[in-house]
Amino acid sequence: MITTHQSQGGKYSVELHTYGSGGEPLLFLHGAGGLMPSEPFLEELGRDFKVYAPHFPGYGDSTGTEHIDDVFDAALFYHELMDELKMPSANIVGHSMGGMLAAELAALDPHRAKKLVLVCPAGFWLDEHPIPDFFAARLDEIAALLFHDPKSPAAKMMTAIPEDFKALEVMYVERVKRLATAGKFLWPIPDRGLAKRAYRIKSPTLIVWGESDKLIPPIYAKEFTSRIKGAKLETIKQAGHMLMYEQQPAFVKVVRDFLKS
Amino acid sequence: MKFTWFHLMPYRFLPEDFKDKYRSVWVDIPRNLYDPKVGHRLYNDYLDQLEYADSMGFDALGVNEHHQNGYGMMPSPNLMAAALARRTRNANLVVLGNSIALYNPPIRVAEEFAMLDVISGGRLVAGFPVGTSMDDNFCYGVIPATLREKYYEAHDLIVKAWKEPEMFSFNGKYTKLRYVNLWPRPVQQPHPPIWIPGGGSVETWDFCANHDYQYSFLSYFGYLAGKKVADGYWDVMAKKGKELNPYSMGFAQIVAVSETDEQAERDYAPHMDYFFNRCLHVYDGFADAPGYRTVKTIKAGILGQVGDRAAMVRQDLKWKDFVEQGYVIAGSPKTVRERLREAMKHIHCGHLMALMQIGSMPPELVRKNTSLFATEVAPYVRDLWSEYEDKWSPKRMPQNEIAVPAPVHFDSKQTNGATTRTAAASHAEVRSAK
Repeated sequence: MITTHQSQGGKYSVELHTYGSGGEPLLFLHGAGGLMPSEPFLEELGRDFKVYAPHFPGYGDSTGTEHIDDVFDAALFYHELMDELKMPSANIVGHSMGGMLAAELAALDPHRAKKLVLVCPAGFWLDEHPIPDFFAARLDEIAALLFHDPKSPAAKMMTAIPEDFKALEVMYVERVKRLATAGKFLWPIPDRGLAKRAYRIKSPTLIVWGESDKLIPPIYAKEFTSRIKGAKLETIKQAGHMLMYEQQPAFVKVVRDFLKS
Repeated sequence: MKFTWFHLMPYRFLPEDFKDKYRSVWVDIPRNLYDPKVGHRLYNDYLDQLEYADSMGFDALGVNEHHQNGYGMMPSPNLMAAALARRTRNANLVVLGNSIALYNPPIRVAEEFAMLDVISGGRLVAGFPVGTSMDDNFCYGVIPATLREKYYEAHDLIVKAWKEPEMFSFNGKYTKLRYVNLWPRPVQQPHPPIWIPGGGSVETWDFCANHDYQYSFLSYFGYLAGKKVADGYWDVMAKKGKELNPYSMGFAQIVAVSETDEQAERDYAPHMDYFFNRCLHVYDGFADAPGYRTVKTIKAGILGQVGDRAAMVRQDLKWKDFVEQGYVIAGSPKTVRERLREAMKHIHCGHLMALMQIGSMPPELVRKNTSLFATEVAPYVRDLWSEYEDKWSPKRMPQNEIAVPAPVHFDSKQTNGATTRTAAASHAEVRSAK
């Protein structure tokens, strides 16, 4: 279900996607690409959890991106939203840029995350393993960066370039809006000092990575497992950066098992 | 009509297979293609060319800022303007300009421009470009979504620093300064004329109109393709009830004069090819970082200057097409006179920024182009727009008060060797040594 939530007295209008009706709350923080109108992996998780997936300001119909300058503004946006949705704490799952923001959110207030799942999160930079420049990638190069198999139906569907000019313009404008916002956390290098704060994360934490992630190489998992006490790592085979689309059952299983355990 | 002789300062020796072998002339151009000894010759040739343009009576000399760029070797145009301030006495110095969002604190620009204005005796035009996505976002790392906000704040600080008679504090979002106390201060009071170079962002038109700044459209597409942007600017000016004074607009145009139309093709066609196929070979992914252009500009459908779509438009163009489509105004003095007058009327422009060194053009050809333009073209077009007042050129010190540099004495032995070697000879030597 998609509803509109007015946050902070209308400062932000939030396009809120929800899945499922019962179970513990699960807050999903999407990556730089944003949410699709319907997300099958969230639907699956909705069987066991009450899933809240807000579109970040600047994405879809969510407004207020002009109030967001940095990761602190982003983390506070989520803190306020959780209060408004009556969630003093929740299971927090973040993918890519959303993983970076989820880690920031949990580091700033360690009590917010009941459990934390970071799915191939951004947030660190290793000189010897540079992350490719996603912002400079051409539309026809994106599939190869994001997917284990760029020719798979999932990859083709998610990276299709519309042939109709009007549709292309709509897609282009939406892409610009989303990535312009993402740039506030990721441009030109996706490191905003998380290394200084990650030790504050106290919740049980699972790191999930696609074995053949070409955008953020799996070697970055160590940066998280070494800094977050007790963090576990699950690597999913035959999956790239968009592992929840490429290997949905395996992805849903590791997340569900961890949150349920 | 006023004439600025505008230099881009390209590297003239990019390899023939550059376009096939490398993805971009800008941002990630391979460093090994640059040879400093060749660069030494080129900078000196290019300064000679600008100084020659001064001696030939051009109203102004133009330089601009680019980074990590094979066709623009001026990361700091202020250094070039400083050299010109000493070696010229007549022409104004149009620095188009400093990308003010890149300087931290931006007060540095207010200082350096003030220095240039003082050294040159009030001959400076201060250009404030937002800057290209390649320069600002990719080379200098500015977050695209914050670029314009940073730019406007830097502008406010610089102009206030020039205007305020007293010291003040500046509490900006990006720059916080307790003591803003500009010293030295510009000769031109309250400040040098401000020109805003643009590539077609709709916001820039409003900004120029609101502040009465000159709008300089730096196009490489020529006056026919530039018409859409020029019209956009004039529409905004008309809607705001501003005078439609042609001197409030500048336009960059490639101009190539020769003895005859046929000779112009023989002289300049290879250099046009070099410029469009090597100099403007920019990787599409660098052309327009997400957030660099506003949604409003994207929806206005204004084509970027570089990138795939721009390259597609000029794909397979031959000399004849470049001439017919107005990319270049070229031919005999008579042809160029007529075409130039028509072009400037077409877009209602009073400040021509003539690009007269194109791509790989060697010094002797630049000299010929400059000399023919100055003697056979400019005098016949100068009367255009004489009914308008140019309010956007420097208000300089009286000519007899502008300092004359003391003569210098070079050691003749050293000078001989250095001045006879051409850039081409240096390049050949460097290549054979490898």
